[in-house]
Amino acid sequence: MTAATALLLDVRDLSVTFTRRDRRDVRAVDGVSFDVRQGETVGLVGESGSGKSVTALAVMGLLPDRGVLVDGQVHFDDDDLLTLPRDRMRDIRGRDIAMVFQDPMSSLNPVVPIGVQVTEVLVRHRDMHGEAAREEAAELLRRVGIPDPVRRLKDYPHQLSGGMRQRALISMALACRPRLLIADEPTTALDVTIQAQILELLKELVSDSGTALVLITHDLGVVAGLCDTVHVMYSGRVVESAPRRELFADPRHPYTGGLLGSVPRLDSPRGEPLRPIPGSPTDTLPWAEACAFAPRCAHRIGACTGQPPPLEVTGDRSLRCVNPLAEGEASPNPAVAPPASVPPALEEEPT
Amino acid sequence: MSLAEIEAETESKRVGEETGGSLGREAWKRLRRDPVAIIGFVLIAFFVLVALFAPLLAPYAPDAQPGAGTITPTNIPGPSAEHWFGLDELGRDEFSRVVYGARQSLLVGVVSLILGMSLGLLMGFLAGAFGGKVDTVVMRLVDVMLAIPGLLLAIAIAAVMGPSLLSVMIAIAAINVPIFARLLRGQMLAQREADYVLAAQSLGVRRRSIMLGHVLPNSVSPVIVQGTLTLATAIIEAAALSFLGLGSADPGVPEWGRMLASTQRYLASAPHLAFFPGTAIVIAALGFTLLGERLREALDPKYRR
Amino acid sequence: MLRFVVRRLFQLVPILFGLSLLLFFWVRALPGGTAVALLGERATPETIAQIERLYGLDRPIWQQYLSFLGRAVRLDFGNSVRTNRPVVEEMLRTFPATIELALAALTFAIVVGIPLGYFAARRYGGWLDSVTVSASLLGVAVPVFFLAYILKYVFAVQLGWLPTAGRQDPRVDAEHPTGFYVLDGIVTGNPAATWDAVEHLILPAIALGSIPLAIIVRITRASVLDVVNEDYVRTAEAKGLLARTITRRHVLRNALLPVVTVIGLQAGLLFSGAILTEKVFGFPGVGNFIYEAISFRDYAVLQGFILVIAAVYVLVNLAVDVSYGLIDPRVRVR
Repeated sequence: MTAATALLLDVRDLSVTFTRRDRRDVRAVDGVSFDVRQGETVGLVGESGSGKSVTALAVMGLLPDRGVLVDGQVHFDDDDLLTLPRDRMRDIRGRDIAMVFQDPMSSLNPVVPIGVQVTEVLVRHRDMHGEAAREEAAELLRRVGIPDPVRRLKDYPHQLSGGMRQRALISMALACRPRLLIADEPTTALDVTIQAQILELLKELVSDSGTALVLITHDLGVVAGLCDTVHVMYSGRVVESAPRRELFADPRHPYTGGLLGSVPRLDSPRGEPLRPIPGSPTDTLPWAEACAFAPRCAHRIGACTGQPPPLEVTGDRSLRCVNPLAEGEASPNPAVAPPASVPPALEEEPT
Repeated sequence: MSLAEIEAETESKRVGEETGGSLGREAWKRLRRDPVAIIGFVLIAFFVLVALFAPLLAPYAPDAQPGAGTITPTNIPGPSAEHWFGLDELGRDEFSRVVYGARQSLLVGVVSLILGMSLGLLMGFLAGAFGGKVDTVVMRLVDVMLAIPGLLLAIAIAAVMGPSLLSVMIAIAAINVPIFARLLRGQMLAQREADYVLAAQSLGVRRRSIMLGHVLPNSVSPVIVQGTLTLATAIIEAAALSFLGLGSADPGVPEWGRMLASTQRYLASAPHLAFFPGTAIVIAALGFTLLGERLREALDPKYRR
Repeated sequence: MLRFVVRRLFQLVPILFGLSLLLFFWVRALPGGTAVALLGERATPETIAQIERLYGLDRPIWQQYLSFLGRAVRLDFGNSVRTNRPVVEEMLRTFPATIELALAALTFAIVVGIPLGYFAARRYGGWLDSVTVSASLLGVAVPVFFLAYILKYVFAVQLGWLPTAGRQDPRVDAEHPTGFYVLDGIVTGNPAATWDAVEHLILPAIALGSIPLAIIVRITRASVLDVVNEDYVRTAEAKGLLARTITRRHVLRNALLPVVTVIGLQAGLLFSGAILTEKVFGFPGVGNFIYEAISFRDYAVLQGFILVIAAVYVLVNLAVDVSYGLIDPRVRVR
């Protein structure tokens, strides 16, 4: 992706804090910054609890009103989405920015036919009605690969398979040809074989329509096939950002290295064990005093605790670590090799 | 991932999580801090104490007529310093009658609860433990009992047994039998599939001891909750039956329901005769309702909001 | 769908069979036995012998049961001791009144309860929510006949806004072709009669409606609280739909499913409550008639009415099940 393409989404110092009566506040997102250019595919990667989903919800303005403090800026076009009036935000959602969620069963209304759930977007944002809206809805379903779309319009979610439901959700998200699509773990709830199909579909649709994609996942394998740029998040902060090739070839943050090491690879020597990251994402330190990853980090040195690690930017990479991995240290094979869970079809270069 | 899950997860990131004690102790801790539950408890305590110490509290016997001769249908004195709740249509001290009424109410409520709960739990246990034909027969019987609206069922039973306190108790117990039978059976069926039961089974524990040792104790808390709530409805149902003239055969016995019924003609001239026994019913029933509801919320994490 | 209805209808058979058995033995268990119970104060040796012949009380018990069943199916429940008219005629006279009252009560409960529950949930933790929750708890604890007294005393006796008793002011010139007085006024083109009937309905309907109201409010509130946290509501928000579309199509349509079930389950409570409400307001319906039947030991009336009410109740529950299938597509396909 060339740097010449215009900036589409610019997230600056985004923080999200959950407040509860009688409980300590929890800062789920802690000063996250990243940007998305037109047509670009950006990956947000991290374990559950790293704040990636909350980041997406904050961008969409879908966090609850009460008990949540959001800080920072989210620039889209000339607007700051965080301060936009509610009605304006409703106009943007679904039309300019759309979102696909993790669980296609619970994300569809069980008592409303698929057709209505597709057409309601057209009615709302494209001023289409009646037969025209229905025809367009069928066309949208056809485009995401749902067979016999006219008949499917009358079906209810439970009558569709998991993969078909996710296709239907994608068709709703893309109904207005949004400029930005946020996909939050779009394949996690699906069978492995279906996962590849859905990823392939997403890739095809965004490249056809020039839609920018923010792909949120815990699975580096998904990132490998799709993303131009990857941001790795840990405990509410971005710890490493890099173009995809460089990240896979040369991970610098021990956490990124750990994520790569814990993914099974076809090209690793037979019998070599997977190296999971020890501990769990709940073993963290507060960012204000230390590197949150320090308790689990094999690369930990004295300087990791006592002060927050600074963010260092070099070229198009950035890193938040005082004792990064040396080049080639993490990966036994420096070549970018897609993990086993992604079929060869996904290996093609994005155009 | 839903927002609730995200929040739950971020919650779990908190350092120093609460160490969970037993379910009962946790629930007790929550109840003690819950103002609504405390109000419920105070109301119940008040009601029970009044019932127990009625002879000490009431200035008159319930059938004494200190105002006899001065009462006419248009002149029924209301509350005064001498008669706190006024006099009733026969010149009896309303306060004394309301106080003594608490005894009847508590007695009928508790006895009918124990009767209905025992039989219902037995039926539910049989259905849940044996399944198959036993289950079918028991549940059909329960269906039939549920097919008759509660009060009508009680009326039918009271009609057969004639008006007496015992028949009211049995009639109300009959309303509650199917509730407890269904509750326990449902609990047992749900838990038969639970992991810990399967684990016990795979260890070769006999079915009877699984049922008695594992399933039954785990059904205790919903039964306690239902029991508390049922006490409230039993008190109201007892009042309703005596309101319809199906209470004790002796009209001198003060029953809140009958006191309300006999005042119907004097509503315009003596509204206090409706107000005091009615409020007494509300206080008694409200106490058990509040405590029961909060108990349910404290015991069942699903209800906690 | 049809198969579902037919299957549920078949499930009714054992229930109705059990009911008839229960009520058959109920009359036999009454003080004095069947003949005396059915005759009441008119029981003389001659009339007892007569009724024993008529009902075949000398025949084997299963034959007696069969003939009871045969008569019940033809809606022949004998005569009322008190009015000396066929029980079925008394049913035709009193049922419309109670159905009218129950419908009015249910309408009141639904019209007030669902919006109240909805807004309490949307303002969860706010003052409206607290008031609503407290009121619904109190509503469970206030006996319907006490509430009826309060309403009657305040609005009829003290303020005089509404009539104290009955279904229709005798001074109003009204005809009653259907037995549903509100409807009768409309059918006969008599707005004064309709208005009068409505005025007589208001207080009893509010009193009786308080029972389902408390429950509808609580279920609606709990259900809305559940549904607004559902993923599909978030999807709808992500689509940028208008708030009213989300409320109507995505929140309420799901949240009201459990409410429908609960409304169905209220039928039994409504009947119980109607007996008490009608007594307070002298409302000439089934409840009042049953109350008088109790006082008069009019067992033929009780037997017939209980059987029919239970049958109606069971059918209402069936209708609720079916309507649940109609509004929830997940049930429909099964």
